[in-house]
Amino acid sequence: MTDFQSLPAAQGTTRRSTPLLKVRNLSVTFPQRGGPPVNAVRGISYDVHEGEFLGIVGESGSGKSVSSLALMGLLPSSAQITGDIDFDGHKLLEMNDRQLSGLRGRDISMIFQDPLSALTPVYTVGDQIAEALLLHDSALSKQAARSRAIELLKVVGIPAPERRAKAFPHEFSGGMRQRAMIAMSIANDPKLIVADEPTTALDVTIQAQILEVLEKAKELTGAAVVLITHDLGVVAGHADRIAVMYAGKLVENGSTADVFSDPHMPYSIGLLRSVPNMQTAGTQRLVPLEGRPPSLTALPPGCPFAARCPIALDICREVEPLLASHGEFADGVRVPGLDLAAAGTPRDQPVDSHVAACHRSGEIASGRLTRADVFPRPEPLEMQHAVAREAQVPVLTVTDLKRHFPLTNGGLFSRRIGTVRAVDGVSFSIQPGQTLGLVGESGCGKSTTILEILEMATPQAGKILIDGTDIGTASRAERLKLRKDVQIVFQDPMAAIDPRLPIGEVIGEPLTVHGVGRAERRARVQELLDLVGLDPQMADRYPHEFSGGQRQRIGIARALATNPRLVVLDEPVSALDVSIQAGVINLLEDLKEQLGLSYLFVAHDLAIVRQIADTVAVMYLGRIVEYGPVAEVFARPRHPYTQALISAAPIPDPAIERSRTRVLLEGDLPSPTEEITGCNFRTRCPLYRLLDPAAQSLCTTDDPPLVTHDGVDAACHHVDRNRIVDSALVGAP
Amino acid sequence: MSIVEGASATLAAGPEPEPPSVVMARKPLSRGRLIWNRLAHTPRFWIGAVAMGTIVLWAVLGPVFYPIDAFSRDPLNMGMGPTQLHWFGTNNIGQDIYAQTLIGLQKSLVIGLIAGPLGTLIAAIVGSVAGYLGGIVDNVLVWVINLLLVLPSFILLVILSPLFEDLSWIFLTVFLAGFSWMIMAQVIRSQTRSLRGRDFVKAARYMGVPMPTILARHIIPNLASLLIIDATLGVVAMIMAETSLSYFGFGIRAPDVSLGTLLSEGTAAAVTRPWLFVFPAGVLIATLFAVSLIGDALRDAVDPTSGVNRD
Repeated sequence: MTDFQSLPAAQGTTRRSTPLLKVRNLSVTFPQRGGPPVNAVRGISYDVHEGEFLGIVGESGSGKSVSSLALMGLLPSSAQITGDIDFDGHKLLEMNDRQLSGLRGRDISMIFQDPLSALTPVYTVGDQIAEALLLHDSALSKQAARSRAIELLKVVGIPAPERRAKAFPHEFSGGMRQRAMIAMSIANDPKLIVADEPTTALDVTIQAQILEVLEKAKELTGAAVVLITHDLGVVAGHADRIAVMYAGKLVENGSTADVFSDPHMPYSIGLLRSVPNMQTAGTQRLVPLEGRPPSLTALPPGCPFAARCPIALDICREVEPLLASHGEFADGVRVPGLDLAAAGTPRDQPVDSHVAACHRSGEIASGRLTRADVFPRPEPLEMQHAVAREAQVPVLTVTDLKRHFPLTNGGLFSRRIGTVRAVDGVSFSIQPGQTLGLVGESGCGKSTTILEILEMATPQAGKILIDGTDIGTASRAERLKLRKDVQIVFQDPMAAIDPRLPIGEVIGEPLTVHGVGRAERRARVQELLDLVGLDPQMADRYPHEFSGGQRQRIGIARALATNPRLVVLDEPVSALDVSIQAGVINLLEDLKEQLGLSYLFVAHDLAIVRQIADTVAVMYLGRIVEYGPVAEVFARPRHPYTQALISAAPIPDPAIERSRTRVLLEGDLPSPTEEITGCNFRTRCPLYRLLDPAAQSLCTTDDPPLVTHDGVDAACHHVDRNRIVDSALVGAP
Repeated sequence: MSIVEGASATLAAGPEPEPPSVVMARKPLSRGRLIWNRLAHTPRFWIGAVAMGTIVLWAVLGPVFYPIDAFSRDPLNMGMGPTQLHWFGTNNIGQDIYAQTLIGLQKSLVIGLIAGPLGTLIAAIVGSVAGYLGGIVDNVLVWVINLLLVLPSFILLVILSPLFEDLSWIFLTVFLAGFSWMIMAQVIRSQTRSLRGRDFVKAARYMGVPMPTILARHIIPNLASLLIIDATLGVVAMIMAETSLSYFGFGIRAPDVSLGTLLSEGTAAAVTRPWLFVFPAGVLIATLFAVSLIGDALRDAVDPTSGVNRD
């Protein structure tokens, strides 16, 4: 066993050993009271070798989390689990909870998505890590455990670990909590770390940090890692192998390079093609993957993907394909160690090499069906609204907008002890037919900015002009009229629609405010449903009958009901599954061209912003730090923060992802209550640290104003010197 | 106006066409249907519902099929035990206990069925307005709620009882409801505050939908399950409150009869002539039990995390 730890991450030839984790035919079923059972996982098999990094990719509901919870023995007692899980000689499914507890945390450890609920709020972080150590090693003294905990915190990159070990989880930021979770998970030198969407709840800059830490933890302990995620970009840079799950089954399993460069299963192809890529974004349309995964309670016979698959044959609807290798058709060489005759037997499926579950994988692998044949790229739309943009009144002008919240201590007579500068002097404007992308980490003031615009109250300071009308001085009636022109699409389509109203009512609601008659409303609703690509017959249906992507379309239809001039899109696709995102983005682009809309697009996903926006504004701590045409900003970011953001965004291409050097930001977003003299980014600035003291002193004393540098506004004193991070940048067009 | 439209559109949704393309799995169950399915699989619900239906029918139809009037006296059978003629026996002055129990049950049921939902209605209005508006309105309403909560309602009703001595039982009902809504209003208020931050309420606000419409269209319907449960369990609470008041002589007064007054008359003789006490008490317990079972099953069906559903 120890021999392998000295080897680098298991690759190619070292695979002949017995795998560390062998999952065979694992099925998980949840019986439902008064209904058919939910078949969450339906017979999956895979191997994880020592030191291997396996990425399990799938949409929500594909069974990826359930299968790993089954592995940990953490499913509720009502779940029926069958199959075989062999971990390092232990049959996990035959062990009772007590025996499993001995393994969990020692040999297998888990990192959860939400680090806040995974840490106990009433104990200090140091105590919790020490507890993990003491539980599995009774010989360890308390003192030793404590100092080891501090050491671990240092390993995962928490500054001042002695002090931080005494802090409580709520005093940690999300990124630091996740670091603490990683520290806890590697405390006992585990053989396997299972990470369930460890970065989904985090910002992109923090995500990059956490993935680095995870990689480091893996190197230190030599543990194998199973990373469960929906983000192909996250696995591209780190995983050795990738397993794609769909509707409770593994549909493709292979090395990262194979799966990305030569996927054999149409679902993987669709996924890969639908993800906006920061390199190509904005130049071509996205490839949509329509439909939604089948319900796990009533699976149709045949391949579960058949209904969404553009190349499905009759056999796909009758016989469910098994995982099999198709590589030999491609190069005429049989995959070593894989017996084709055995490949079809479900009892012991091949789990090495590149396998896919599709009747037509052979054709795909041999190149007779290309990726473009499977999922053709839609034709770009004609630009109908390429109107002269000068001399028009901007749809929205925001000048020096400020929103400060007083921070009071919660006594009987509350005393003001500080100010939260949520929005601190923001200016931008949107021309008719244009899209402004507003980008930044959570807590940077994006949401407060759009809230100020939509509330239509007089701002604390600054001006908001909609179509040239100042909302600060507008009368009540005028404001109601302005509300017609500005509509919003929310992030979470589940929360944005009242579940108790039929969608016809939901979409027609804005019209009721403006006194539109019933018959007219009904007609308009039909028209809108058609416009967003839904069947007008569905107006009487209830929201829960629609999938996430369809609900987002309903949200868009509602926003369009009053024929607005400006639509505020608040992260409109970030709550959707990857495969659905492309369809919604394409729809938004189409609508913009057809109706001449303007968008204020708030997002943290840079690839999507690059895809849809004309202009981009990067926000940091309530200020705009960079503002300019999207192609220009992405190609040559002026501000070090923009550079870091772009560099942190994962790219779903293993070749590029691995060759990039990242500009990693130190630490987290400072609290907006902190008073930072001079440039408020200097505490995290990668450039600042490289500057000579004279240049640094300018940053510490003077607040850089937004200055135009050939077409792009940037708030940095040293724009001319930002080339230090050039190597980390990606794809200038 | 808009609520009416909402309702009619809902009705019009009746026979729905099959969804085209993508949606190929069975049509997902609507929430109402799901709750009903869960209810239908709960024996408690059926026991409660059948028992309650029987009790109501009995209270309404019982006197019709019983020849003896509740207030006429039978001088030949004073203080008799149950007989062929007087099923539940008679009291000291020869009045028939069976007939009186039925009349009392009617009154108790009517008071419970009115006061329970009435209390819920007050709670819904006050709670949602306070929670939605916030600020000064919220402060004032919460202050009123807290004030009413610290006032001992039973003693207050006792003190006030001379007032409605001359008034009919309707006023008692209103008073009972008026002292029973506060805790539910607190719950509704906090629920409204969280709903208020939900995107669909925000969306309505940004569209310029006026406050009463938002409350009636988005807030209250989303709390409907909570309100239905509260109204159901409120019936139990109100019947008990009425019975206790009447028992101590502060609620229903002669010549009206309720289960409470019957019990209070019967207590003294509970040992010597048990039929005076046992039958009304049995009917009261059966009624409360039936409504509780329904309320309990409803709560379990609506809230999957409560009670028996927990793993």
